[in-house]
Amino acid sequence: MSQIKIVNLQKSFGDFTAVKNSNLTINDKEFFVLLGPSGCGKTTTLRMIAGLELPTSGEIYLGDEEVGMLRASERDIAFVFQLFALYPHMNVRNNLSFPLKMQGYKKSDIKNRVEEAAKLLRIDHILNSNISSLSGGDRQRVALGRALVRRPKAFLMDEPLGTLDAEFRELMCLELKKLHLDIGATTVYVTHDQLEAMSLADRIAVMDGGEILQADEPNIIYNKPKTKFVASFIGSPGMNFFEVDEGISKDQSFVNIEGTKFNIPKQLEESKGSKNFFGIRPENLTLSNNEGLKGSVFGVEYLGSRKIITIKTSLGEIKVKTDISVNAKLNENVQVKPLNNNIIIFDGETDKSLNSEFIK
Amino acid sequence: MDTSRSYLEPSSFSKKMAAAIIIVYAVITLIPISWMVMTSFKNVDSAISYPPEVLFEPSLEGYVNLFTNRSRQSQEYLDSLPPPDNWYEELVRSREMVITGPSKFLGRYSNSMIIGFGSTFASVFLGALAAYAFSRFRVPLKDDLLFFILSTRMFPPIAVAVPIFIMYRKLGLGDTHLGMIILYTVVNLSLAVWLLKGFMDEIPKEYEEAAMIDGYSRLQAFFKVVLPQAMTGIAATAIFCMIFSWNEYAFAVLLTQFNAQTAPPFIPTIIGEGGLDWPAIGAGTTLFLLPVMIFTIILRKHLLRGITFGAVRK
Repeated sequence: MSQIKIVNLQKSFGDFTAVKNSNLTINDKEFFVLLGPSGCGKTTTLRMIAGLELPTSGEIYLGDEEVGMLRASERDIAFVFQLFALYPHMNVRNNLSFPLKMQGYKKSDIKNRVEEAAKLLRIDHILNSNISSLSGGDRQRVALGRALVRRPKAFLMDEPLGTLDAEFRELMCLELKKLHLDIGATTVYVTHDQLEAMSLADRIAVMDGGEILQADEPNIIYNKPKTKFVASFIGSPGMNFFEVDEGISKDQSFVNIEGTKFNIPKQLEESKGSKNFFGIRPENLTLSNNEGLKGSVFGVEYLGSRKIITIKTSLGEIKVKTDISVNAKLNENVQVKPLNNNIIIFDGETDKSLNSEFIK
Repeated sequence: MDTSRSYLEPSSFSKKMAAAIIIVYAVITLIPISWMVMTSFKNVDSAISYPPEVLFEPSLEGYVNLFTNRSRQSQEYLDSLPPPDNWYEELVRSREMVITGPSKFLGRYSNSMIIGFGSTFASVFLGALAAYAFSRFRVPLKDDLLFFILSTRMFPPIAVAVPIFIMYRKLGLGDTHLGMIILYTVVNLSLAVWLLKGFMDEIPKEYEEAAMIDGYSRLQAFFKVVLPQAMTGIAATAIFCMIFSWNEYAFAVLLTQFNAQTAPPFIPTIIGEGGLDWPAIGAGTTLFLLPVMIFTIILRKHLLRGITFGAVRK
């Protein structure tokens, strides 16, 4: 097991830069998730760590060893593919022993290790089955098993739950988490599903356009996003933004939006330009009868214990996540106001959040 | 009315029609072949009798003549010989002849085997390597190269017979097994590359990536993971290559005489008394048919899947 460190990693395909100057340290035994929309470079980053793509520039350290230009077979890492990539011409047992055969283990050792891994993943009863006869979940377990038997330095997983149906995905999510706690291996996991990321990760790196925007623990990513993109990508629905047509100065504690005064946490940093964004999560807003932004109800979504009310205002659509007891009829005129002071100001020029009493 | 039938399923009437058409077609194509097999079991007289005999007394004369050289002898000489010690000797003597030795057929037949299987193996092996490279790597001028490879099939191979004849004479490849294997491999290779590339494209690259992560080199991954999954395509390609090199006649006539002559140019030269020995020719052709038939039957399962493979994206 090892620490993984990425230094100034860059990857271009012709004119297109898939990964831009990335730096990242993944600690030993950590479950680390790379999260982002498709095409953000998360899979390319993972494939470079695996050795399936060679970096255009930069270094990758596995433990103390620089492996950036080594072949995949020389890196001692395991990779779980989205489509599992189990060898269809071999049965489960042979799939699991395949990586061990290359390393020249004795037959009895291979058998022991395969059976040990099979037991851990509860696939010991299907060891002699054909791959084509397995269900999606079992294939997933076999794919994990094939990664596990070798006891590699690190596990890399590329959306391994992406092809499973929702119900199964939750189950496998739990199993993965448990497995990670059991064997404590450094794991890098790529997904575009924030729920998966939130529930699995020790730390998450959010990527967009080939850049790592923020790498932090899930609650920090959610509550204290460093950029506007992170704020809007994480959370469902994402953060609401209102344009603020004024520069923000140090110690400022309110802003005017469309003639309405809103309190904000005391700012510790001034903005670069005169156009900024006021960001607030939907659950930190509430409906009001006499104060706040005016608008009309545009849509109501029931989520069981909560409901999401979309309100059309002069500033655009605002999503409010409220208690189920709140009544809102379509086209009804309402007012929206912040529930608390959990507000983040984003610099209009850099898209980065400004430090304040709330977010330091 | 049968309402359980799916609208996409052909009706039982059209199924019967299809079966009838296939049976008629099979009968038409099988007539010459069965006539050939029948001829191989006739004797020289009944083979050329008019009207043709459909029912006849079977004889192995054709096969005996195919495998032996004989010479005509006078009755007195035949009488002076000790009695024949086996059935084929007896059969030949009844025609007032004696066996003077084995014919060249077995040698020609094994030439066909060596050259046919040799060139098939070479075409499929080289074709698989080239197809894999074209399928997986960024080859400069890939499309042009693929078109060039295909273009070697755009003229009949015999169009280059004269230059090849001269080249082979200079290189000393004329009338050699190696020369014929190389020639048939060259002709088959373009087909093999194109067919196999289609199959390789269908195999997700994750399989060999997984193998490489598991500690195998790319070449090992190719042999252990890609090739087994391309078996269908390999079988289909092998059959096409085998059929071509097994049946090839023109180059074989031109480039081989003694050492490496294959069966196709040899069989028509089997001449009996007073013209062609049709039963022997029939026997030679029947035996010639067997290897390709057996080869195809063995690989048939793959072939059927192979030809339709890739037509529908899974």
